[in-house]
Amino acid sequence: MPLAKAQVLVPGLSVEEADQQGDIDALERLAFWALRYSPVVAADAPDGIVMDIEGAAHLMGGEDALARDLVERLSETGYASRIAIADTWGAAHAMARFARGPITLVEPGCLRPELSPLPIAALRLDAPLVEELRSMGFEQVSDLLTQPRAPLTLRFGPQLWRRIDQALGATSEPVDPVRPVDVVEVRRAFAEPFGAAGTIKRYIGQLVDDLSARLEERGFGARRLDLVCHRVDARQQALRIGTAAPTRDVKRLVRMLSDKVEEIEPGFGIEVMALAATWAQPIAPAQAISSLVEPGIPDVSDLVDVLSNRVGSERLYRVAAVQSDVPERSVERIAPLSPDRADTWTGRWPRPTRLLATPEPIETVALLPDHPPASFTWRGIRRRVKRADGPERVFGEWWRRDAETNAVRDYFRVEDEAGERYWVYRAGDGEDPATGSHRWFLHGIFG
Amino acid sequence: MSRLDVIALRARIEAIETGRRQVREVLPFGLESVDSRLPGGGLTIGALHEVAGGGNGAVDGAAAALFAAGIAARTNGRILWCLTRPDLFAPAIAQAGLSPDRVIFVEAGDEKSVLACTEEGLRHGGLGCVISEVAHLSMTASRRLQLAAEGSNSLAVAIRRWRRQTEASDFGQPTAASTRWRVSVLPSRPLPVPGVGRHRWLVELIRARAGESADFELEACDDQGRLGLPAEMGHGSAQTGLGRRYASG
Repeated sequence: MPLAKAQVLVPGLSVEEADQQGDIDALERLAFWALRYSPVVAADAPDGIVMDIEGAAHLMGGEDALARDLVERLSETGYASRIAIADTWGAAHAMARFARGPITLVEPGCLRPELSPLPIAALRLDAPLVEELRSMGFEQVSDLLTQPRAPLTLRFGPQLWRRIDQALGATSEPVDPVRPVDVVEVRRAFAEPFGAAGTIKRYIGQLVDDLSARLEERGFGARRLDLVCHRVDARQQALRIGTAAPTRDVKRLVRMLSDKVEEIEPGFGIEVMALAATWAQPIAPAQAISSLVEPGIPDVSDLVDVLSNRVGSERLYRVAAVQSDVPERSVERIAPLSPDRADTWTGRWPRPTRLLATPEPIETVALLPDHPPASFTWRGIRRRVKRADGPERVFGEWWRRDAETNAVRDYFRVEDEAGERYWVYRAGDGEDPATGSHRWFLHGIFG
Repeated sequence: MSRLDVIALRARIEAIETGRRQVREVLPFGLESVDSRLPGGGLTIGALHEVAGGGNGAVDGAAAALFAAGIAARTNGRILWCLTRPDLFAPAIAQAGLSPDRVIFVEAGDEKSVLACTEEGLRHGGLGCVISEVAHLSMTASRRLQLAAEGSNSLAVAIRRWRRQTEASDFGQPTAASTRWRVSVLPSRPLPVPGVGRHRWLVELIRARAGESADFELEACDDQGRLGLPAEMGHGSAQTGLGRRYASG
């Protein structure tokens, strides 16, 4: 569409000169930023970046969590983004641009059915070639897949089937990753390719040794290590580990890398291994324990690293107190190695050992306004209340939500005839309907 | 066989079982009636202990978790708590004397990785106590945990907690744990006024290696993690005294 026509259609249209070099530079910067997610990232000009997240997604809590985190962070910086995760670069490229939602996850092995309904423009073909194919009646990828290969190649050249093969994973397509300058990196090339896990582990040990020496020269410790194995078939296998505190302890880093060695697929063999500390921080010298100093609490940061590399760092946490009377808001999760808070929950009211994720409605027989229930039915079992304590009144936090302006919960600790103790509450103060529905809920179980 | 022979034999068996490590540290409960029933006078550090809830507690595991928290509160160092269902309410644990700063939670996806994380924590050796919440604990798995605990001299507590009441019969299967406990809730201490008094438990020692089983009626953990003896039983339960007299007479 010519500019003049667009200006007629949209009055007050602001016009900017296209800055292609600027776009490419910005894309490059974005690729450097995306190194936080994976060691293998490249700009996919003109409008995308490609990341090989194999062996790195677990640090963000899986592929789905990684994609969501990426979309969220990009939108915070003002980028609208669409993300697809698939087995091949070609398929992910196509799904990111032509799938429906902003995040698309293609299950392994489902490339053909997922790609079939897409238009042929999804295949990264040159624009004239796409036009030519369209004029011959090829609209969808499936139209091409059903055709014999030889006549099409003869007519349109090798590019067409190369792109299809790349999208379906029949030919390899290595990503040439961006490398930040001034990163501590050691690499080792091998005369003979190898593939045994034991051999990989042995060379990991040597690489970590070298890297640790290089880090020590600078007084740095690694927070994140990327191991990239270059295979003979020009593919790369990457492994990423993260640590909770900067470290250059050889034994610990080798252990963490070796735990994940099974994720490396050596294929026909590995010929180059490169280990880089893509995130390093200075280590402050610390006082070693001497016999004059009281032995403190043993350091568990190595255990935290090993476990968080195994189950994911967001699944490892400590719990800290939050100043809130609403039970479910009185706790927050903090990083396992964050400094001790020392503050704890104030208030001497007993709290239940188990707190149900959502309070469950119960049927009760109770006197209003401030008596505990005489009996209640929970999960189909009726219990007579023998003893009870309460009410402990909790007011809604009006500064959070309007709906909580008048909300009240009256908590009771009740004990049935068998001695089982529960934490139940009534929504509302028992008099004013504005404070709640006056229905009863069971929220916790005491030990 | 005379009594001296039995003592000598016990010492020899213990030497074989513990290997080179002759000193066995224990964590006493601080209650004479409980500690006297445990070999060594308390929970052996460097061993696996199993706790389950009785009745509905087999599913919710509330009392068992608090019992374990009370044990952990009396150790030094950090605590690793491996679980699959994140419904533990930290303020309650803090009220049992276990400061939230000391506890690192691991929310593992499945039972297998709970056991793996527990073992990893035990092998580390720098933790005060490693607590895991599992439903199924096979002989092999418990043996691994027991060996890891022995190797690093760490205290391991496995809270057995099942999805359904019917699965709780699994608790009868043998494991390598050195003690096995069942904690059930009892009506709380009667108060002269309406209200709920200090919580009470029926604590059953179902199995103790080189010891005999026993059951105790105790008051739940206080804010230091210590169990209490109900006041009216300070001098031993009247009922048991009666029974013993009849039996001997």
